[in-house]
Amino acid sequence: MALQTLDIQRRSATTTPSPDVRQNLQTIEVAKLIDVSKCIGCKACQSACMEWNDVRDEIGVNVGVYDNPPDLTADSWTVMRFSEVEVEKDKLEWLIRKDGCMHCADPGCLKACPSPGAIIQYSNGIVDFQEEHCIGCGYCIAGCPFNVPRISKKDNKAYKCTLCSDRVGVGMEPACVKSCPTGALVFGSKEDMIGHATGRIVDLKERGYANAGLYDPQGVGGTHVMYVLQHADQPELYHGLPKNPSISVMVSLWKGVTKPLMSLGLGFVALAGFFHFIKVGPSKEDESEHESEPH
Amino acid sequence: MLNKTRLVARYTAGERMNHWFVAMTFILLALSGLALFHPFFFFLTNLFGGGPWTRILHPFIGVVMFVSFLSLVVKFWSNNFITRADLEWQKHLGEILANTATDLPEVGKYNIGQKYLFWALVVIIPTLVLTGFVIWRPYFAAFFPIPVIRVAVLVHSVAAFIAISAIIVHIYAAIWTSGSIRAMTRGTVSAAWAKHHHAAWYKKVTEENKL
Amino acid sequence: MASLAPTFGRGAMTNHWVDIKNANLIVVMGGNAAEAHPCGFKWVTEAKAHNKARLIVVDPRFTRSAAVADYYAPIRSGSDIAFLGGMINYLITHDKIQHEYVKNYSDATFLVNGDYDFGDGLFSGYDKDKRSYDKSSWSYQKGADGYVLVDNTLQHPRCVFNLMKQHYSRYTPEMVSRITGTPEEQFLHICEMVAETAAPNRTTTFLYALGWTQHSIGSQNIRTMAMVQILLGNMGMAGGGVNALRGHSNIQGLTDLGLLSNMLPGYMTLAGDKEQDFTAYLASRTLKPLRPGQMSYWQNYPKFHVSLMKSWYGDAATKDNNWCFDWLPKLDKIYDVLQVFELMHQGKMNGYFAQGFNPLASFPNKAKIGGALAKLKYLVVIDPLATETSEFWKNFGEFNDVDPNKIQTEVFRLPSTCFAEEDGSLVSSSRVLQWHYKGADAPGEARGDAEIMAGLFLRLQGMYKKDGGTFPDPILNLTWPYIIPHSPSSEELAKEFNGKAVTDLTDPKDPTKVLVKMGEQLAGFAQLRDDGSTSSGCWIFSGAWTQAGNLMARRDNADPSGLGNTPNWAFAWPANRRIIYNRASCDAAGKPWDPTRTVISWSSRQNKWVGMDVPDMRLDAAPDENVGPFIMNPEGVARLFAVDKMAEGPFPEHYEPFETPIGTNPLHPNVISNPAARVFKSDMEAFGTARDFPYVGTTYRLTEHFHFWTKHARINAILQPQQFVEIGEDLAKSKGIKGGDWVKVMSNRGYIKAVAVVTKRLKTLTVNGQPVYTVGIPIHWGFKGLTKNGFLANTLTPYVGDANTQTPEFKSFLVNIEKA
Repeated sequence: MALQTLDIQRRSATTTPSPDVRQNLQTIEVAKLIDVSKCIGCKACQSACMEWNDVRDEIGVNVGVYDNPPDLTADSWTVMRFSEVEVEKDKLEWLIRKDGCMHCADPGCLKACPSPGAIIQYSNGIVDFQEEHCIGCGYCIAGCPFNVPRISKKDNKAYKCTLCSDRVGVGMEPACVKSCPTGALVFGSKEDMIGHATGRIVDLKERGYANAGLYDPQGVGGTHVMYVLQHADQPELYHGLPKNPSISVMVSLWKGVTKPLMSLGLGFVALAGFFHFIKVGPSKEDESEHESEPH
Repeated sequence: MLNKTRLVARYTAGERMNHWFVAMTFILLALSGLALFHPFFFFLTNLFGGGPWTRILHPFIGVVMFVSFLSLVVKFWSNNFITRADLEWQKHLGEILANTATDLPEVGKYNIGQKYLFWALVVIIPTLVLTGFVIWRPYFAAFFPIPVIRVAVLVHSVAAFIAISAIIVHIYAAIWTSGSIRAMTRGTVSAAWAKHHHAAWYKKVTEENKL
Repeated sequence: MASLAPTFGRGAMTNHWVDIKNANLIVVMGGNAAEAHPCGFKWVTEAKAHNKARLIVVDPRFTRSAAVADYYAPIRSGSDIAFLGGMINYLITHDKIQHEYVKNYSDATFLVNGDYDFGDGLFSGYDKDKRSYDKSSWSYQKGADGYVLVDNTLQHPRCVFNLMKQHYSRYTPEMVSRITGTPEEQFLHICEMVAETAAPNRTTTFLYALGWTQHSIGSQNIRTMAMVQILLGNMGMAGGGVNALRGHSNIQGLTDLGLLSNMLPGYMTLAGDKEQDFTAYLASRTLKPLRPGQMSYWQNYPKFHVSLMKSWYGDAATKDNNWCFDWLPKLDKIYDVLQVFELMHQGKMNGYFAQGFNPLASFPNKAKIGGALAKLKYLVVIDPLATETSEFWKNFGEFNDVDPNKIQTEVFRLPSTCFAEEDGSLVSSSRVLQWHYKGADAPGEARGDAEIMAGLFLRLQGMYKKDGGTFPDPILNLTWPYIIPHSPSSEELAKEFNGKAVTDLTDPKDPTKVLVKMGEQLAGFAQLRDDGSTSSGCWIFSGAWTQAGNLMARRDNADPSGLGNTPNWAFAWPANRRIIYNRASCDAAGKPWDPTRTVISWSSRQNKWVGMDVPDMRLDAAPDENVGPFIMNPEGVARLFAVDKMAEGPFPEHYEPFETPIGTNPLHPNVISNPAARVFKSDMEAFGTARDFPYVGTTYRLTEHFHFWTKHARINAILQPQQFVEIGEDLAKSKGIKGGDWVKVMSNRGYIKAVAVVTKRLKTLTVNGQPVYTVGIPIHWGFKGLTKNGFLANTLTPYVGDANTQTPEFKSFLVNIEKA
């Protein structure tokens, strides 16, 4: 029911509430679950993302790893991150994590964005960039705890995964999920995905991954892209997935208290001057001083 | 009557133009900066041709302002050292603001408030420039780690707040102190104004003229 | 496939993709299913998720498959027989075999010819000069009745079981570890896991691909695993079987249609030049049962063959002219690709058609292939892409350093459509023929392959008609019944493969009853006859396009059994059977070994075999008739002892790669490498030794690319843009190489340069007491396409193939590496 809502619940640089007469209807929060333990790193999702969204990165070079393109770009909204780790001695693991936007419940990008409506959050939880409103300042990059948004060199606008909001909006799953051959990617209501993950975690624990768990960091209010990790106690193993991500204190200060306080402060300074003038009038040299001018 | 209209030269044409150049760029920077700071001010982007143009222009104007500000700093540097008399004068600030002060210590070309402004800007404007480079997209930001950018953007906004507040005070002080504005518009002030507000400076320039 | 047919009777994946989900244990060895078959690998993850299956990966590299495995063990490339032979030894010594199964469904009880012997690396009958065997001693003992003698107690010293036990007793865990470099405890751990599935209700499935085939002992690698599966009783079972994963979407179709120089469609074979007599030709292929009551399905060979000839030559093929047998070529030797390029290299060929084939990139020793092409008068390349082969004459700097002035070969490039630009069928690994529809028009002047071939044929035929010539009959009489002669449609060809009644087919028991009217499509190969009344272009495809229409286009995914069997989805050969040898999923009495995974069972009420799949058995063959489940084999059972079917011996034996890093064979230092492999003289000289080239080179594919095609496709090029090689951290450290550095990799045949990927995933192995390092070389780059230009990996590889299939040894050779 209503997974496909495109109602907007939050909008960047907007201080008034979004339309919310429909809020109490059955809008369901969506989530994509990425089961790292099932991922074979085939990059079908990367292909599908490029195809559906009509983006093509440049044909790059090999930098000494399997990861290619080696990082997220404005044209690569998802990339595979390959990490070779030995959690237990002599037991190599090749952890392959699909990286991309986490669609935070409390999105740092949206918080940082200065342009009204350039970043929106649908009531199903998808965080989407509206590039026609984007001014290219890159504040979203500073705001994001996961280092996801990228500014395009072509048009200086910020891009990232949309969770295929256009597909979800018509009742389809994101293109990456559709393409995943092993079922490492699944999509549905967040509740169902948590349920699915619970089953996967039982299976992983039975296979000896005692610390298997779900990655749904509460520091950003939970995410609408979640991971099943074999080592949920050490998310950093997965190419530096942050352990307790939250919006940086710097960003919170900047977009939290400073924003209204300093705006008020400026108003106060200006008003203080005005009322000072009203109260004491101009500061003038005395007439006498004119007369006592030396001759 | 003659006395009253007798004028003392305070700023050269070059200084005046430099000042106003800095002032205009500062205003543009303040407006464009505020536009990107709080949604309340976003409408100001319209003054610059919309959001993207505001984002594009702001840092370039900043560089221009910085260069012209440097030139102003060089010109004003030597008159802005704080003296013992300035500190003495500062003790009377309450009376001064209330327009009730008498028997103030003699002030040089600038009073301590003006000097504070000068030094504040000397610190803050380079700070704004440095932090501005760190967050300048698309050219420079990519060279800095994101945590550094986050610090820079916060420092930039706090510094800008201080600078704008200081400039509001500066502007108000110029309006409040009758006869000040012509110093920067025409380059001259009345002798009475000079004697009243900057007696030490007045003495100095009149003595120099006598020589 | 030349290992499965000698063992089980048919050369194909025995189960199907979806069935992998029914397995309890999945062993990926000799392949990298996650990397090369990611879509099929889905069923491995399904087995893990829903069947609590465990996944084992054994590979020289910690692969993408290993990334999701429960257990991984490293192995030295080219030592799989030692590993699996050791596993056979383990299963026998620990008594972890499915006794009933082995006794009833394999040749374990058969007695072997007294002259058969094995010693010091050689089987009996070896001829050193010819590098081949006289295989007459590799046979069973037969009784006066013509049937093989058996010992059901397995006590006779000459029974297959005891010979096998003796053969693999040398493959102790210590020896296995010494040869393979796999730590002993890891080898034993895997043996334990595999051994658990000897229980009748547990199955292992093996998934393999080119990691086993591309060795000079490739076919025997696979046979060893097939033997393990027989001992475990996993053949014919849901979730069991031997699963040869095919890479090309239609490579199964290639072998099915016999596109190998010595084959005819449907796994029939061409006659050798000593087989000029039609009756003798048929007799040697019409296999009589070796045990009483066995189906020995190749008894029907004449029906298949005559129907094929009727399909090709129509009315011209008559009983009197032996159905045009004389028009078929008689081979003096096998003309496989290595042989052809050897002849070309010797200047003995004038022209060559490379249709959907890029030999410069795909075959070993690029310098030799390029040199051979330069000796042609003409080369025709039929391909959707501008291949390296089509520009072998052009200088691309270091990547293809040739002098065009010195190459006189005239190259014709005929652009063809790709599969998505035409209607037709593809045969998957699962033997499923699935119809597909054109997705887009072909660009420019590209034409379908059938249209191109038809154009060539009609012109040739016209020239023969007009000018005559030597032996024009096979060309002039070829049937060409297509509505648009210059462009036969896929539908017409598919119907032709299925076959039809040439005359009314009457019931043999009641000649007045017409079973199939003249001209109607046949219902299946059971209707084929050897009297010229039926035609079929490929007997195993019979049933795919019947009077009911195109069964390959069926799209009903109903799975009534829940075991992933969808009988109304497309069509599987043979006879829409999805799990072949499925009679072996039941015990001798016809009861399923595992009732929860019933494929078929004997219904005493209906007096026939019933189940979710088409029984691979005569429907009314009651269990007490003792008809064996391996109906293609004249034995009726699976062969642990391959008799004369394999070139290098009836039991697989470990032989070193022709370029071995240890320079010896720990089992028998006098016979190091495959004694029966064909090696051309100049190629023997081009082998390198470990002194100059101390590291094991192995080539492979990446999931981001498909061979040498997708480097022409932008998205794939983005995903893996530039050539690289992989080395382990130890080797990198000793050579001062860091990830991202440029390195030069050299073999005795040439060099390539590439970016180094330094990884923990390539461990240093201790083999025969010495460290062995592996250099991994993905193959996908070349000097045409959108990726960064690179070297053809086959610049490095040796020109030697498997003794049975001539599949080149791409997986194991010697290289050196240095910082470029």
